[in-house]
Amino acid sequence: MAVEAIGSSQRVKVAPWNDPVIRGWVFQIVVVGLVGLLAWYLVSNTMENLQRQKIASGFDYLGREAGFEIGDTMIEYSPASTYARAIWVGILNTLRVAVLGILLSTILGTVIGVGRLSPNWLLSRICEWYVEAFRNVPLLLWLFLFYKLISEAFPGPRQAIGAFWNTVFLSNRGLYFPVPMEDPIHKWMGLGLLVGLAAAVALHRWAKRRQEATGQPFPSILAGIGMTLGVPFVVWLAGGAPHHMSWPELKGFNFVGGTVIQPEFTALLIGLVLYTSAFVAEIVRSGILALHKGQSEAAAALGLSRGQSMRLVLLPQALRVIVPPMTSQYLNITKNSSLAIAIGYPDLVASINVTINQTGQAIENILIIMAAYLSVSLSISAFMNWYNKRIALRER
Amino acid sequence: MTDMPVGERKQLAPPTDDSGILGWMRKNLFSSWGNGLTTVVLLVAIVWILNWFLEWAVFTANFTASTGSECRGQGACWALIREKFRYIFFGSFPYEQHWRPLFAVIAMLSMLVLSADRRMWNWRLLVIWGVGSFVTFLLMFGQLHIPLSLFLVVALVVGGIGMAMRQGIARAGEMNSYRALAAIGLVGLVLRFIGILPAWKLSIAPLSYVETSLWGGLPVTIILATYGLAFAFPYGILLALGRRSNLPLVKGLCVGFIELIRGVPLISLLIMASVMLPLFLPSGTTIDKFLRAQVAVILFAGAYIAEVIRGGLQSLPKGQFEAADAMGLNYPQKTLLIILPQALRVVIPPLINTFIGFFKDTSLVLIIGIFDFLNTANQALVDPNWAGFPGEVYLFAAFVYFVFCYSMSRYSKYLELELNKGTRR
Repeated sequence: MAVEAIGSSQRVKVAPWNDPVIRGWVFQIVVVGLVGLLAWYLVSNTMENLQRQKIASGFDYLGREAGFEIGDTMIEYSPASTYARAIWVGILNTLRVAVLGILLSTILGTVIGVGRLSPNWLLSRICEWYVEAFRNVPLLLWLFLFYKLISEAFPGPRQAIGAFWNTVFLSNRGLYFPVPMEDPIHKWMGLGLLVGLAAAVALHRWAKRRQEATGQPFPSILAGIGMTLGVPFVVWLAGGAPHHMSWPELKGFNFVGGTVIQPEFTALLIGLVLYTSAFVAEIVRSGILALHKGQSEAAAALGLSRGQSMRLVLLPQALRVIVPPMTSQYLNITKNSSLAIAIGYPDLVASINVTINQTGQAIENILIIMAAYLSVSLSISAFMNWYNKRIALRER
Repeated sequence: MTDMPVGERKQLAPPTDDSGILGWMRKNLFSSWGNGLTTVVLLVAIVWILNWFLEWAVFTANFTASTGSECRGQGACWALIREKFRYIFFGSFPYEQHWRPLFAVIAMLSMLVLSADRRMWNWRLLVIWGVGSFVTFLLMFGQLHIPLSLFLVVALVVGGIGMAMRQGIARAGEMNSYRALAAIGLVGLVLRFIGILPAWKLSIAPLSYVETSLWGGLPVTIILATYGLAFAFPYGILLALGRRSNLPLVKGLCVGFIELIRGVPLISLLIMASVMLPLFLPSGTTIDKFLRAQVAVILFAGAYIAEVIRGGLQSLPKGQFEAADAMGLNYPQKTLLIILPQALRVVIPPLINTFIGFFKDTSLVLIIGIFDFLNTANQALVDPNWAGFPGEVYLFAAFVYFVFCYSMSRYSKYLELELNKGTRR
């Protein structure tokens, strides 16, 4: 009888207020109702306030003339351009500093993380204090410090430090250096670079397969670098090797010509890289320490040098532990680049901030910020998840 | 090899001695040629940098100048710090009243230090935070006007939690007192809402009133970080529980909120709080700028804390949930008595790291014009009499931040070892 009851598992009849399913739905409806009520309250207040203050709504303002200067632009921009263009300039500036920051802090962080595990006591202590110093002080403070140091320690444009026979100038307006004049061949050289890169990747794959099959190594990295740089060079030669350069020259109070790395950008990049690399170093170190000691001993027993065992045995395995927390550091760099506004680098938040002040349309602009950062964050996450899956342990 | 006579084998050198100072140096600094070279290069670099730094910071430094121009052409101008340190620490708080923020900082620090002691992790924690917060805000504001509604809310919350937590455990008398408390709170709030109860206030006014726009320096940084986290903690727990719940609508709301907040930078939330909070409220109401920043920090911290706590919840074996259900505990009892005490124990060290993060991140409020510690340090540079010494001020501020954050990270490391004693071999 009892056995049958369990097997047939007839649902026990309970009063509706004691039924967990019904209770769950009631609870959910109450929660959603409360949240909806709050949202309605906020939205209706906002509508009323906007009407009272005669603030327009909608995204029409994006097509209007922005009317403000941006100091550091990657694409053509003038105060006569539209707000949409100004915001796009900001997004590109954010992406530029984020991508460079991610690359450089990964490299520096890995070096320091490996340095902390060095058998050399002095080196490991220095790396440890680097990490402690940078991650226990706010990033914003580092940014201010570097920015003030750059703008106060370097002389004005008239006393600029000239280097390389006065072709490169360093002053508190930034680092000026010559660039080639615009030429139609540059587009084809860019294409050549992509072709060379694709060929290098294909070569590396082929070399790996051959080594797995026959054991014969092939210097695919060197050959790949040669191909990547060689193809555009050949294109350049074929295009008649145009070599007209635009040289920086002192005219009036500042330099004209050439191109410039602005001090705001430099301070932001240095600050972001030094700060984030301290966190990256800790992630790399804990990733390596998470490996069993037998791995490094086995590598040593096979006669690999310390560098080889790190590169071929330890790091590839440690990557599995390292990649997930690294993803969140990459997201942090992207989000922290918004501190640019404090030292005057025109990133997305800075552009939006000016736009809010000029148009008064806070809600639309905040929506743009959120959409932009969310899409960048989601793309970084998606890429890192794909990479993580690729390097994950394949269990057979 | 193996059939070589014993006598003809190459004699190996005895192992090097690695005891004593010389042995230690041989092992850790000069174990190989490359290693020795690294050591020498690093030593030279360290001596060179230290020599330059000491020359600048100590030997040629000026500790006594009365204006910045006296410092020119010399080393560090520490006289600037001597002149400005009260402003850097306390901002524009009325000068002769500086003892108030000083004791407020001491009150908050003792509150934090006492909470760091494991013997206090029980009802004492509530007392410590109640008294500490009361003293802090009384000193900072000078006058506190506590509205009746606050007492009613507390009565409702205490009564409600008591009813849920002691269901089926407490005697009838205890249960009835919880019910009475909750009823008083609920009825009182309704009466207050429809306007039958007047806006009574409990006023404590021993000192002159100082508004938040005059607050500045270290107390602001500590208040924003501490209360940001203190308020975000219960709400982060709710978000984490919501994310783990099997009610789809609740889960969807929590996941959406957490991911939205974590996906955008704190600055955009601060800008949003400063320009959009006033729009959200009925026209005519104003909201204090400091409070806006605090709300933004709380919203931001909640999402991050929720993710940390979710880690703790996920580390619990399923058996704990099932056992609590089998005991016949209701949801609040299961959560507060069985699940959270175990889940939180695991996440205390990462929570402290989150707190360190927020302690640093509160510096961003300077973007919306609040005078936290970094901002007052920044303002000290604006004085034309003392222009041109950013390095000194920023190094000093960095040192203060470092002392706070480093000691907290040490504590978190210690706690990690301490809490794992039971499971470590």
